[in-house]
Amino acid sequence: MNDANPGAAADGTASPGLSLTSSGSGGLQERLIGWVLFAAAATSVAVTVGIVAVLLGETVGFFREVPIWDFLTDTRWTPLFSEKHFGILPLAMGSVMVAVGAGVIALPLGLMTAIFLSEYAGDTLRGILKPILEVLAGIPTVVYGYFALTFITPAIRSVLPETDVFNAASAAIVVGLMILPMVSSLSEDALRAVPQSLREAAYGLGGTRMEVSLRVVVPAALSGVLASFILALSRGIGETMAVTIAAGNLPNMTLNPLESIQTMTAYIVQVSLGDTPQGTLAYRTLFAVSSALFVVTLAMNVLSQWVLARFREVYE
Amino acid sequence: MSRLGPLGTTPTPRNLRRRVLGAAFAGVGAAATLVGVLALVVLLADVVRDGVGQLDLDFLANFASRIPGRAGIRAPLFGTLWIMALTAAISIPLSVGAALYLEEYAPRNWVTRVIQVNIANLAGVPSIVYGILGLAVFVRWMSLDRSVLAGALTLSMLVLPVIILAAQEAIRAVPGSIRNAAYGLGATRWQVVRHHVLPMAAPGILTGTILALSRAVGETAPLIMVGAVAFIAFTPTGLGDPFTVLPLQVYDWIRRPQEEFRLLAAGAILVLLAILMTMNATAILLRNRFQRNRP
Repeated sequence: MNDANPGAAADGTASPGLSLTSSGSGGLQERLIGWVLFAAAATSVAVTVGIVAVLLGETVGFFREVPIWDFLTDTRWTPLFSEKHFGILPLAMGSVMVAVGAGVIALPLGLMTAIFLSEYAGDTLRGILKPILEVLAGIPTVVYGYFALTFITPAIRSVLPETDVFNAASAAIVVGLMILPMVSSLSEDALRAVPQSLREAAYGLGGTRMEVSLRVVVPAALSGVLASFILALSRGIGETMAVTIAAGNLPNMTLNPLESIQTMTAYIVQVSLGDTPQGTLAYRTLFAVSSALFVVTLAMNVLSQWVLARFREVYE
Repeated sequence: MSRLGPLGTTPTPRNLRRRVLGAAFAGVGAAATLVGVLALVVLLADVVRDGVGQLDLDFLANFASRIPGRAGIRAPLFGTLWIMALTAAISIPLSVGAALYLEEYAPRNWVTRVIQVNIANLAGVPSIVYGILGLAVFVRWMSLDRSVLAGALTLSMLVLPVIILAAQEAIRAVPGSIRNAAYGLGATRWQVVRHHVLPMAAPGILTGTILALSRAVGETAPLIMVGAVAFIAFTPTGLGDPFTVLPLQVYDWIRRPQEEFRLLAAGAILVLLAILMTMNATAILLRNRFQRNRP
């Protein structure tokens, strides 16, 4: 930091004089740089436009051949078989089952972790625990898949032997572990942003630490906590590799977590790995399923931002 | 902070219950935190137990093979390094430029707001959707085929919003007084940015960039979409060459039924984790240095 500045300053003293004498070309250069930087920022919009255009283009083609009503209500998904059905419900249900199962694990654990880190742990303990949770958040999803297949699934099968080798429960547990650090870190940020004066007032009234945490701090940070819940569930819906590895590739309209299922994301991977020719209906299913995935996760992200803005408690 | 309020000192049955309940709650909180820590320990133990026996020079130097005893990770290791370098080269200028525009140049109008909201939303798009974008735009439309360039472009789009947000935060942390002092001496906007804002924000930007790149290095799904294949017996020599990466090799070995390939997967995971840990450690060191030197 400090060693970089003197050199930069020495460099800088020479150039202002230059720009004063030749302000014309300096102005042009300034404007040019402004435009180049704007172009870089505009790239991000181009990415969104690209995603929407690509998804929309092929999805419209898909719905020319498959009625949208069938897509949303048919309970079978067999686009690669000879008797074709294009009902997304089994895939959607698989995704929802994994995300909800992961949420059941990660939301309470994540919130309790956040409360513990923010309200109970001292600086030293926090300094040790937070980096550990950050490492957990940085583990690639394919490694979580390995963990599910070689550790969680055998553990489940040793208790419940009739469980399928690929099953939704194993995927839900591993996705729960994966989104746990996200919930705990975002919730903790929200809890720590609650002003200290609120806590002190509550302690002054004789509250115990639990009462202060649950009745003052968490309600005051509720918008941030809820937003973290929604974001984590959205991540669970969009999670791909761990789910593909652990839950299997069987579109299955079931609520039994011990059976093999297929999520929307796992289907996308399955088709990408095969050699489905471009332009066929099977190829277009890729985009139709991706569109559904994109719309659902985008809606959840927008919802979380809305919750954050709408229910924010403003202090000072 | 007092452990219990003044009321807690009076030993009435109600206060006793509150105290016990409070202690139980603290225990539950500690236990919940421990779940995350234990998960990491068990996961690492699981991988190390299976994978550590695989690690030797042959494993790093050999190409993939149908015979488990001869299989190695040379192609995916080189592929990962290629992808990492290319993704950095594409994404860093783009995202730092975008962040500089938004923080230092952009007027406060609806265009800027649209860009900002758009970036926040892009950060939440599932990675596999970027794979679809890469497949349609880079592989097909731009005819880059299943090349290492198509893969790097796809991952660059994926990390773009993450690096922009981190860079914006680092740029915002540069005190306004520095800018004012430079402007007061007659510096142009670009001179202020180039000589003062950028050098001061650089460590923060670098930290965010390394963390984002480590995410890209661990990605599998988008690269499956753009057609990276696991079984490759050469390393890329140019931008147009086919490639594979470590996470993809791991996935390919996990899918095979034989136990030997599963052990190979664990070995490849260890190498992948070693790369990621090195990147994260670098980021943490930079962050600490930055925090200490901050005025």
